[in-house]
Amino acid sequence: MKQTLTQKILARASGQSAVTPGEIVTGQVDLCLLLDSGGPRRIWPRLKELGVGVWDPDKIVLASDHFTPAVDAESAAILKLTRDFAREFGIRRFFDMQGIGHVVLAEQGFLQPGMFACGGDSHSCMGGAFGCLMMGFGAIEMTGVAVTGEIWIQVPDTVRVNWTGEFSDGVVAKDVMLKLCRELGSNNASRVIEYGGETVQAMSIAERGVLCNMAAELGAETGVVETDQATLDHLRAVGEMPAPDALDWRSDADAAYAAVHDFDATALEPQVAAPHSPANSGPVHDHAGIAIDQAYIGACVGAKLEDLRMVARVLDGRSVAAGTRLLVAPASQQVIRAASADGTLQKIAAAGAYMLPTGCGACAALGAGILAEDEVCISSTNRNFKGRMGANSAQVYLGSPYSVAAAAVAGRITDPREYLQ
Amino acid sequence: MSGPASLQSVTGTAWVFGDDINTDVMAPGLYFKSPLAELAQHCLEAVDPGFAPNVQAGDVVVAGDNFGIGSAREQAAMAFQHLGVGAILARSFGRIFYRNALNFGIPTLAFPQAGEIRAGDELCVDPAAGRIDNVSAGRTYEVSGLPPHLLRIVSAGGLMPYLKQRLAGEAGQ
Ligand code: SF4
Repeated sequence: MKQTLTQKILARASGQSAVTPGEIVTGQVDLCLLLDSGGPRRIWPRLKELGVGVWDPDKIVLASDHFTPAVDAESAAILKLTRDFAREFGIRRFFDMQGIGHVVLAEQGFLQPGMFACGGDSHSCMGGAFGCLMMGFGAIEMTGVAVTGEIWIQVPDTVRVNWTGEFSDGVVAKDVMLKLCRELGSNNASRVIEYGGETVQAMSIAERGVLCNMAAELGAETGVVETDQATLDHLRAVGEMPAPDALDWRSDADAAYAAVHDFDATALEPQVAAPHSPANSGPVHDHAGIAIDQAYIGACVGAKLEDLRMVARVLDGRSVAAGTRLLVAPASQQVIRAASADGTLQKIAAAGAYMLPTGCGACAALGAGILAEDEVCISSTNRNFKGRMGANSAQVYLGSPYSVAAAAVAGRITDPREYLQ
Repeated sequence: MSGPASLQSVTGTAWVFGDDINTDVMAPGLYFKSPLAELAQHCLEAVDPGFAPNVQAGDVVVAGDNFGIGSAREQAAMAFQHLGVGAILARSFGRIFYRNALNFGIPTLAFPQAGEIRAGDELCVDPAAGRIDNVSAGRTYEVSGLPPHLLRIVSAGGLMPYLKQRLAGEAGQ
């Protein structure tokens, strides 16, 4: 039977030679990502109630990112409890205030092609950039994974999304996803989005991560990109040996897709999503001129090294507009080190940006940088639901790091390509 | 295998919502550090401030497409459980919310004709059989009942009681 990458991984994880969409399987989990938000503080009391420990501490990766750094007694207690959990259960891959878990996973090279991985966070799908199947679940269900090492999955359909052609300068993976949110909608449960085509093949793993991350905004089970040479090169670059069978983790040439969508990258313009949904998107000029109070560079999806470099490119020799604030929360400590080493941070700081600590920050209104009533923000994050970044009446637009930086300089939403000459 | 599922029907008043109601409005991040009882008072506040203060135990939440799109936060499902919601019916669901709601023991069913229900209708939901009676309108709908692997979890009262049974050797796979 010809199978998609998703089917192949679920077949292997459930000990079968093949699986069919719709079938219920029980998958053995290769890697379990827990974060401070939905991790130990919600799972540990349940383990106590059940009188059991975790099934395999070496398959767990733990990161504190949502409540970092502690700003009050509650967040301090959550971070302490997370440290205590790591010690109690002997979790060696614990990243305390080192960055956003999804980004740390990629930096460390913990994900290998063909893995079946679960995370206690909806953007766990970002791991699909490595040719593995990584899905997000709630803490209650991650408790089950932590105890048993397995989880039920209804084998999803695979939807193939192909991009061909080269982007024009100033257009990036984030624009692809904002457009796809409009085109494919946010009601794609029971589907995995498999991204491919020459445009995707030409992308870095970081940009592929943006595609997979925002599969959550499509409402999909997850997103995946087939393994290729770039996957292997990335793993080697971070010091990991790709598994010998790594390149096998691809869909069969004539696998059955539930749908195939083809898009032309050459025609894509920078995209901006208006409040209060990522699907409410359109070309940036639809919203040009909207004055902003805050520009925010942050989150797993939008504050990686590549993203900060986009910001620096726009800000180089320019300043943040008077009356506008630009907040920058790099996605990890490693990003901060790399961006300070190559001069990226210097350009951002020189332009007047306000630097925030690494972590989820204002993305989910848990950290610094949240919005007051009626404030307008453009953000490199992935979601602009009502109240997501603070007050219910705040207006959040989503854009690429280029679009956010350009808006910070102009004080209003504007086409970032004007700033790339 | 566990014994035959015994899951009661629930009867209550319908609270009707539209499409794409996300988990951020079910459980706003601003109240994440507050006790569940307080967070639950803000459940759906941004779309219907009257819901949390007035919903009664056993009431049924009815929604359009994609109910619970968004984050993995289980507090969204826990808020409904805390408020005593008896069943959740929607044309379609966000995937993690759907699983969370069942894992907290809330009967959660896809209901293609959700749009025919009016706010305030009295509904009787049989989650095992997949029967929804609109008592007020005198109409009965047949939908897909919970599949066996989920019926076992919901019948046990949710994933925690199910895991307890399983660890005690009372339940098989
Ligand atoms: S940065 Fe935002 S989207 Fe990413 S894991 Fe943190 S809260 Fe979630």
